[in-house]
Amino acid sequence: MKRLAIAALIGFGVFGSGATARAEDPKELTVFAAASLRESFEDLAEAFEAKSPGVKVRVNLAGSQELRTQIENGAQADVFASADQKHMATLLKAKLVTAPRVFARNTPVIIVPKGNPAKVGSFEQLPKAKKLVIGVPEVPIGTYTLQILDKAGADFKQKVLANVVSRELNVRQVMAKVSLGEADAGIVYRTDAIAAKDKVEIIEIPAKLNVIAEYPVAVLTKAPQAAAARAFVDLLLSSEGQKRLAAAGFVAP
Amino acid sequence: MRPSLRRRTWRAAGYALGGGLLAFLALPVVALFVTGSPTDWLAGLRHPITAPALLLSVVTTAISLGVLVVFGTPLAWWLGRSEARVARVVETVVQLPIVVPPAVAGLALLLAFGRRGLLGPLLEGVGIDIEFSTIAVVLAQVFVAAPFYIQAATAAFAGIDENLLVVARTLGARPATVLFRVALPLARRGLIAGGALAWARALGEFGATLMFAGNLSGRTQTLPLAVYTALESDLRAAQALAVILVVIALAIIIFLRPRRGLHRR
Repeated sequence: MKRLAIAALIGFGVFGSGATARAEDPKELTVFAAASLRESFEDLAEAFEAKSPGVKVRVNLAGSQELRTQIENGAQADVFASADQKHMATLLKAKLVTAPRVFARNTPVIIVPKGNPAKVGSFEQLPKAKKLVIGVPEVPIGTYTLQILDKAGADFKQKVLANVVSRELNVRQVMAKVSLGEADAGIVYRTDAIAAKDKVEIIEIPAKLNVIAEYPVAVLTKAPQAAAARAFVDLLLSSEGQKRLAAAGFVAP
Repeated sequence: MRPSLRRRTWRAAGYALGGGLLAFLALPVVALFVTGSPTDWLAGLRHPITAPALLLSVVTTAISLGVLVVFGTPLAWWLGRSEARVARVVETVVQLPIVVPPAVAGLALLLAFGRRGLLGPLLEGVGIDIEFSTIAVVLAQVFVAAPFYIQAATAAFAGIDENLLVVARTLGARPATVLFRVALPLARRGLIAGGALAWARALGEFGATLMFAGNLSGRTQTLPLAVYTALESDLRAAQALAVILVVIALAIIIFLRPRRGLHRR
């Protein structure tokens, strides 16, 4: 009898709390964003919540490729912001997203640990970094790195690649090894470098050699919160959104 | 009638529970095999990433196991035979790498042996460069796999009947003879089982290696790192590599598993 009473109490508690939670449940907007958007999207989510009472923004950060796979396998999301066009194009072809638009651009830079132990003064001096860390060619930053080196000439490329000690699987791992001082230099996005500016120094890559990464954003075809999702994309493209993105190091589209 | 019915109910419940867990453990491995075809695996075997990773994994795990046996066996002997309180404390400390997440272990190794780590200046002084090298791969594997070998070896040594050692000594056997002819053969089963587990764990090591050793084909890219790298571009190649990894791990565990009969010496 006592056990029954306890079970009833627990049951009541569960259903009771469930019911109240549902009544006051704010709308939840799910944003899938590339890992390099961390700082700026957390900031933008707050700004969006302040403007739209009753909407809670949940940002899911991961590699663009991982997020794409999740969406392809039926993950519930409203907005997808990718770090490159390739993954967005795949989803567009599968009719999983509609009308992607470029909302930001990012450029690769060279980073060295604070104090620059290998004395790399410019892009031309990159071969002075005897321990260089770059991304694997399979991830966007690795592809961009190779494109930049290709433009710089075969001889230069060969000298630089001879010093590569690790090809990391994402930008944050390149960041980690350079900020810990274990690598002499690395190539990452400007936004990542700015986020860690107390641990690394930035060396610019000449504009004529550099590549530009475009970040597209789109509302998912099956977005449960389509209206809020469109409002979030509008915020990204508005002057306020662009100002916040610029603070993180992004360049306007 | 009632006790037998009750016993049958218990047995059925036991089968259902155990069988449920077994199915849960087996299904992902089965999926790994049945969702690919032999042509996929062949293509995976020929993928340029595979051969160097396979070779590196075999070589580094063999070295790691060797290091563990040479350094771990004396430690386990002491842990298994000593009654001192400090031995129990050490036993706990040795288990630490099991609960530390591998990426944290990698960071810790970097902070200890990296260029800017605790021992960095010392190592640089003697001209040893550990991070981003094959040595780093071995160190990461030894770090994460050590508890598995030491734990099994400790239990094996603790289980040896003291009298057998005393008898051997009174019969005039020298310490080395007692160790190699009596103690080690008696503990053999536990040592082999621990070695197999440690080897399998070293083979699967990913997080600490990625953090401490990096990812460079032929130097630090072991099979698990190759799987992850291939995952970024070619899911089928990644799956084929994963199948190779599972087959090797299974082979190690099956071949080195102690025979049932030996349990009853």
